[in-house]
Amino acid sequence: MTRRLRWRKFVSAFMLSMTGVCAVVAVSVLFLILGYLIVHGGASVSWNFFTKLPAPVGEPGGGMANAIVGSAKLLMLAMLVGVPIGFLGAIYLAEFSGTATAFIVRYAADLLNGVPSIVIGIFAYSLAVLPFKHFSTFAGGFALGLMMIPITLRSTEEFLRSVPVSLREGAMALGASKWKTIVTVIVPSAYRGILTTILLAFARVAGETAPLLFTALGNRFWSPGWGQPTASLPVAIYNYAISPYEDWHRQAWAAGLVLLGLILVVNIVARGVLARGISVSRS
Amino acid sequence: MHASVRPALSVNIPQTGTNTAARESAAALSMRMAISKVNFFYGNKQTLFDISMGIATNKVTALIGPSGCGKSTLLRTLNRMHETVRGARLEGEIVLDGNSIFGQDVTSLRRRVGMVFQRPNPFPKSIFDNVAYGLRINGSKVPIADAVEKSLRRAALWEEVKDHLHKSAYELSGGQQQRLCIARALAVDPEVLLLDEPCSALDPISTAKIEELLVQLKEFCTIVTVTHNMQQAARISDFTAFLLIGQLIEFSPTPQLFTTPGDPRTEAYITGRFG
Repeated sequence: MTRRLRWRKFVSAFMLSMTGVCAVVAVSVLFLILGYLIVHGGASVSWNFFTKLPAPVGEPGGGMANAIVGSAKLLMLAMLVGVPIGFLGAIYLAEFSGTATAFIVRYAADLLNGVPSIVIGIFAYSLAVLPFKHFSTFAGGFALGLMMIPITLRSTEEFLRSVPVSLREGAMALGASKWKTIVTVIVPSAYRGILTTILLAFARVAGETAPLLFTALGNRFWSPGWGQPTASLPVAIYNYAISPYEDWHRQAWAAGLVLLGLILVVNIVARGVLARGISVSRS
Repeated sequence: MHASVRPALSVNIPQTGTNTAARESAAALSMRMAISKVNFFYGNKQTLFDISMGIATNKVTALIGPSGCGKSTLLRTLNRMHETVRGARLEGEIVLDGNSIFGQDVTSLRRRVGMVFQRPNPFPKSIFDNVAYGLRINGSKVPIADAVEKSLRRAALWEEVKDHLHKSAYELSGGQQQRLCIARALAVDPEVLLLDEPCSALDPISTAKIEELLVQLKEFCTIVTVTHNMQQAARISDFTAFLLIGQLIEFSPTPQLFTTPGDPRTEAYITGRFG
């Protein structure tokens, strides 16, 4: 082998291993986080964690039942705001709008998707907190719902567009109106994709902290109804992690583990829904 | 109920003046549809030029011609499917049973003039629900199960699917899917059935089945089919129209068009000199 050829082989092997190493690093971040959470928080995830209110500093035990229920309520509200708007908007975008309108709406949705979540928080604060003069579950759910809109809108639109023209024509040739075609053929054909989209949007906002800081605020106790401040897992993690107490830190780790577990489960379910086959064959 | 539109026929068979016998036999037929002086545009581009022809009741009319000649476009105007394309514009008149198709509700028109497409396009639903679709969206009063069975029998598919009507339509073979699409179109009892190259995505055996089926279906409805396969047109059709770059070159009874074509361009095409 000439020197030149040896050099080339060396460069090739070097670059190949570098790209491989980077790929491994990218993946291992997730597993490092997961491992770290399990090591630090695994021991504190107990039955009490899911059923008890937080204990005062120094007292052993206590849980985050209020934060878990709070997060559930916030996410339910977020779905009520984000899913219908995103879904119906996507139908308009995919089926009715002209190219110019579609471009503007799509562009705006992409920008909204890129707006920092803290800014969404401030916006929700001025719209849903200031006029009522108190923090509330409602305001927190509203903020999270705003974040879900662009995600749901854009991906639902993609899935609706991917329904083959032949199916639309098939329905119209049988005398279906445009609306009937959408309701009876297009949406049912794309439902797996739409369901996945909603689950992923859900997982995306489940861990958001910033929009909740000054909307849902946080709460050491139960929050009955929708009009009062409520605890939530991300904000509880934040508050506990910056506290000076060792046992609160452990609780924060545990909450982080529960939250990440929830998001992973939703993600895996979403992939599963999609993997069971696109509901329309592309042939 | 179905007024015949006989007067239109004299324009309908242009350039066949040499064979008066054929014309007279054609004139004895009643016409289900009449196309007169149709010009068609996509934006500024004209794709059909002054087309006039009749569609004979309970016969198979085939539209042939090379790719891009406008045969699919012409077919799609017959149930106004062209209106789903932005920028499409039509001049002229098309009549179904004596009434303009443009003066009526497009939904009921498409119920009367059904369509089957090039590629089988069953909905992602069960076999049963596919056939029932047209009945359900039209709020039909007839018992749905009976109508589904009748349509599947007419489409010669019943024996193959009767034991698994609730399986997904996607589990059927391509040929079965296409017959399912025919059954779906037949379920609403159309007077006219349009087929846009219904066999081009199918293997020879499935093709033979569909061809046989189309000939049988004449009993129930009038059939217009587009095909790029001249042998197919010769085998199944009663009348054949030859189109070339948006113009109707020749329209005659099928045996006549294939044995004694009246136009040199038709002869060149059917003898395989182009297309």
